[in-house]
Order: sequence, then structure tokens, then C-alpha cells
Amino acid sequence: MMQPAIASENLSKSFGPVAAVDGLTLSVDHGEIFGLVGPDGAGKTTTMRLLTSIMDPDSGQARVCGRDTVSEAEAVKERIGYMSQRFGLYPDLSVMENMEFYADIYGVPRKGRAEKIERLLSFSNLTPFKKRHAGNLSGGMKQKLGLACALIHTPEVLFLDEPTNGVDPASRRDFWRILYQLLKEKVTIFVSTAYLDEAERCNRIGLMHEGRLMALGTPGQVKKLMRGSIVEVRAARPRQAKEILKKSLPDAEVGLFGDRVHVVTDTPENTEAETIRILSKAGVEVSGARLIEPSLEDVFVSVLGKDGGRRE
Amino acid sequence: MKPMRIFAVARKEFLHIFRDPRSLAMAIAIPMLLLVLFGYALTLDVDDVPIAVWDRDATPASRDFISRFSASPYFTIVRHVDGYEKARHCIDSGEALAFLVIPEDFSETASTGQEIPVQFIVDGSDSNTATIAMGYADTVAATWSRRVMMELEQRLAGKSSSLPVDMRPRVWFNPDMESKNYIIPGLIAVIMMVIAALLTSLTVAREWERGTMEQLISTPVKGPELILGKFLPYFVIGMFDVFLAVLMGEYMFHVPLRGSAALLFFMAAIFLAGALSVGMLISIVTKSQLLASQLAMVVTFLPSFLLSGFMYAIANMPRPIQVMTHLVPARYFVALLKGIYLKGIGLEILFVEAGLLAVFGIVVVLLANVKFKKKLV
Repeated sequence: MMQPAIASENLSKSFGPVAAVDGLTLSVDHGEIFGLVGPDGAGKTTTMRLLTSIMDPDSGQARVCGRDTVSEAEAVKERIGYMSQRFGLYPDLSVMENMEFYADIYGVPRKGRAEKIERLLSFSNLTPFKKRHAGNLSGGMKQKLGLACALIHTPEVLFLDEPTNGVDPASRRDFWRILYQLLKEKVTIFVSTAYLDEAERCNRIGLMHEGRLMALGTPGQVKKLMRGSIVEVRAARPRQAKEILKKSLPDAEVGLFGDRVHVVTDTPENTEAETIRILSKAGVEVSGARLIEPSLEDVFVSVLGKDGGRRE
Repeated sequence: MKPMRIFAVARKEFLHIFRDPRSLAMAIAIPMLLLVLFGYALTLDVDDVPIAVWDRDATPASRDFISRFSASPYFTIVRHVDGYEKARHCIDSGEALAFLVIPEDFSETASTGQEIPVQFIVDGSDSNTATIAMGYADTVAATWSRRVMMELEQRLAGKSSSLPVDMRPRVWFNPDMESKNYIIPGLIAVIMMVIAALLTSLTVAREWERGTMEQLISTPVKGPELILGKFLPYFVIGMFDVFLAVLMGEYMFHVPLRGSAALLFFMAAIFLAGALSVGMLISIVTKSQLLASQLAMVVTFLPSFLLSGFMYAIANMPRPIQVMTHLVPARYFVALLKGIYLKGIGLEILFVEAGLLAVFGIVVVLLANVKFKKKLV
């Protein structure tokens, strides 16, 4: 029986009175892409740091590649690649120098190293920028260089802390294309993100909020965790429509999603007609109301909303 | 310890230094600048003391006496005055540091062989210079008196006598008694201590501040590999600084190097290792560039300057301070440098200082390694 790539049990870490990670238990299989999803301050970065052995937990334990992250930290570090949220490479060193540096640090054999670096550079479209200083790269290119450096030693598990934060959409898509290619090479990927469209691309996700895992499973499973159904209302004045619906439907959760209003309800059939009726009566022009599949965003808002309410 | 990793870190650090003109300037130009500045400014020699003279006698004898002062390299007569008020003004304005008054009956008394009271007023606001000037004045007066006395005796008794004791002082190691000869070697020690600690004080803290350390500690690189790798380029630069300083001592300040140059560089290497590690330790502990550089400055500059025996003799310090000086590594290096430079002595005499310097280096290196943690807190 093979051990999971990552397994944590009751992992906790506090900073003063704030529990950054609170009793985190999860397991990630080999070859899986796992997404840790949550808003800023949810504890994603701390989780990353605990799993990559660069921070010790207060309690609980974690094993990465079968090694304990505290007592066998160095063995863990040999088998993982990590890309911190903040750009961690040297801006005054060129793309090539950064790669060579990390190749030396990881003890990548000189034999075959040149080909490996070439492959990683072409893989991340950085070949034309070999001699450019890392500080002069665009945000997206910096992230790809970070990824290339984290892959130089062919790690078993790759930890990426919000790799596409602040990167333009085209580069983001590019970055994910690279991640999918890596999956084909049996690399396990543990990625954190605040973007829900990225979370949808993961095999499994964990929703994190205030240090705790609120939901865990495939994106589909997580969506099913949501109670009730969603009626999407398209109105001329969505902001006003939201306020009116909130007042008229006290049992339902009403939220604004872009220019649409989402109404979460246990009785979707009635709600469709009812929202149109309420809004028409209030003089707000409605162009449609229909039942939709919940997106992760809906789940997210629903889960966090409930939780926030409970805590207040 | 994998050599590949150590050299990777060293190479990277070299690139950082060479691509940042400011750090390169700090590493090479500043020590040289300090040496020139202090080498020329920090002279403890007192010569050409400006004096004002009031000759109330104005006879050949009094003029002869005054000419002994003007002929001496230690005094320069800046003004002849007639009255205390004017002399006072000269001293107040700083034009003169001393004031010589020849009494009206100078030549008359001299011919009788009686004691002549000559007044010498010194500006005591700089007591060190005042003391030295007074000593010089005494010597000038005594020499003149002796000659007058002998002439007088010869005229009266027809024979010359000699004084009971004729002291013949001879100065070893620094026969010209030039302060630069002992200041320059000491200065090399002080400057190296300060610059070395300042250089390394930034290196670890910079990685924490820039966020590159988080990436680095996620790799299997070991603490000692990282520290040694960071240490190497600064060590090379530091030794280059020592080499330049020794060249400047030789060709710019003409300080004689009597001992073995090889021993000098060997000792400099040990001292440098300790000084660089002090900076590294500070950088590791503070994790902040600003704090680290300020701390490095405070920890190295004042103790090295005041307590190393470079300027102020340790033997003259109060006992508790003397004990404290043993914790100042520059103390041993200053002693070594002065010994090698001026006395030309070797390890057979200097082994205690050399040993203590090595102990200091080892302790700091170990501490730096213990204090460096590959963890975030």
C-alpha cells in the first residue's frame, strides 16, 4: 500500500491569539492536483509553510513523501519543490544564473543538466530571456521562472503558493497549461489560490477559512455540499434588485454576482416566479430568472457566509 | 557539506556584490578612504607649536635664548608682542598655543650665574599638547642653561666640568618617534574590523527582507553551507583590502614592515574570518539590514577604536576596562600588527595573541551556525 503524497493530521499553528491553521487534516494522493482555496488570511500560506517544512507546527503532524515534516525536514526538502507567494528568486541574477544556482543547491548532476535546463526553459517559454535579469521579467514570466527553478530537481511534490496572484489572464492560462503537462509526468501538485476558476481545474479542493478546512472533495462534491438551489435573476438594476429581494425573501440567501443576483432557496420552482413578481411590483425590470448549477463561488460565499454569521 | 552548494552560494554572492556598485564601493573604496583620512589626520605628534614671545630684555643674550626656540622643530614663533594683553589675545584667538616672557634683567642675571625666571604660559585647553609643549620648552631651556653654565665655569675656573649624569636615550623600533608608524598598523586593524562586519551584516538580512530566504530554506541546502558560501566572497574582498592597506602603508605612509609579510597576511586572514563572522552573526540574529548594519557599526567601531590599544595604551586604563579589552578582537590584531610591523617579531612571541584571535574566530563562527535556523517563526 503506497503512502499518500501528503498527509496531515490535526495540523495547527497559531501566531499569538490567532489560529492561522486550526486542526488541518487532509491527504493528497500521488499524481493529484490539489487546490487549497480560500480568501486572503484564511491560512493558506501558513499551511504551505508547514507542509514544506520551513515552519514547525504547534501541534499535529504531517508527512510529505512519507517523511515527517518536523523530524525529517531535510528529507522532505529534497523531494519537494516550493514556490513562495512572494517572488523568491534573485532579481539581480539572470534567468540562467538563477536556474544554475538552484540546480547546484539541489545537487542536480552536471551530466544532463544543460539539457534539463533547456527543456524547462522551453517548457515555460523562457528560452529567449535566458540572459535577462530576473528583476526585469514581467509578473507572469517571473512566476514561470519560479516554477522552472522549483522543478529543476524533478520533485515528487510541487507546492505552489498562489502562483498566479497578480498575473494577467493570458499568463495564468499559460501557467495552468504547464501544470497540466506536469501532471502527465506524475508530479503531485499542491496549489493554493484565491481564484475559483482555478480551483475548478483541480482534481480535489479544500475550502479554507480562518485556519479551518470548511469543505474537502472534488469540485463537484464540494458544490453538492451546498444546501438548496440557486436562482439566477437578471435585472436592469441588480444592486437595487438585491436589496428588494433580501427584504422580501427573509429565508433565502441573496447575493450579488457581477450583474446578476443569486437567490439560494430550498424551493426553487416557486422562487423563480416569485422573484419576477416581487421585482415587477417594485418597478424593477427583470429580463429573466432561471435555476442554475451552483458554481464554486456560490459554495464559497454560502459556506463563508454561514460561518461568518455563526461567528458574529 | 557539499562543495557544489557552497560554491553555488559563493558564486551567487559574488554576482550580487559586483552588480551592486554601492556594495563594491563600500567593500573597496571606503576602507582605502578611511585609511587615507585617518592616516593623515590622526597624528599624535606635536610639532611646530605656535608661540608668542615678549622679549622685555632685548639683548643679544635674550635673542640667543629665543633663537633656540625658533630653531627647534617643535616651536614656531608666530608673533612678537609687548604686553600680557596682546599675548592673551594671541592665545584666546588660537593664534598661539604658548607664550614666552623674557624678563628685563635676563642678560644681567645670566652673566652673574644666578637663576633666571622665564615665564612660559601654555594653553591648557588641550592638555595633551600642553604637556608635550611644556616638555619641549623645558628641554630647550635646559640645553641653553647648560651651555651658559659651562661657559661661565670655564671663564671663572679655567676648566670645564661635566654633569654627574648624562642620559643618552635611544628609541628602538620607531627611532624617529613618528606616531604614524604605530597608528597605521593599528588603523588597518580597526578599519578591517568595521568594514568586514559591515559587509557581512547585510548579506543574510537582505535575503530575509527580499523574501529570497523563504525560497532558499525550502531547499536541502544546509546552514553551514549557506554561511560558508556567503563568507567566501567577502573573505576574498577583505584580504584584497588588507593587501591594498599594506601597500598603502608601504608606499604612501612609509611605515616600515620589519617582520614577515606572510605572517602578517596569515594573521589578517584569521582576524578577518572572525570579523566577517561577527557581521554574519548580527545579520542572522536581526534579520533586518538597517538594524544589522547599525549594530555592526556600534559593536565594532567604538571598541576597536577605544579599547584595542590602537590609540590609547591599555596599560593606562582602569583595571575593569583593561579586563574588558580582552573581549575586543582588534586588541590582539593591533598587538600582532604592531609586533610584526615595528618589532619584526614572529609567532614565537606573538603566539598568545594569535591563539586568542583564532579562538575568537571559532567561537563566532560556531555561534553564527547555531543561530541560523532554516525555519520561519
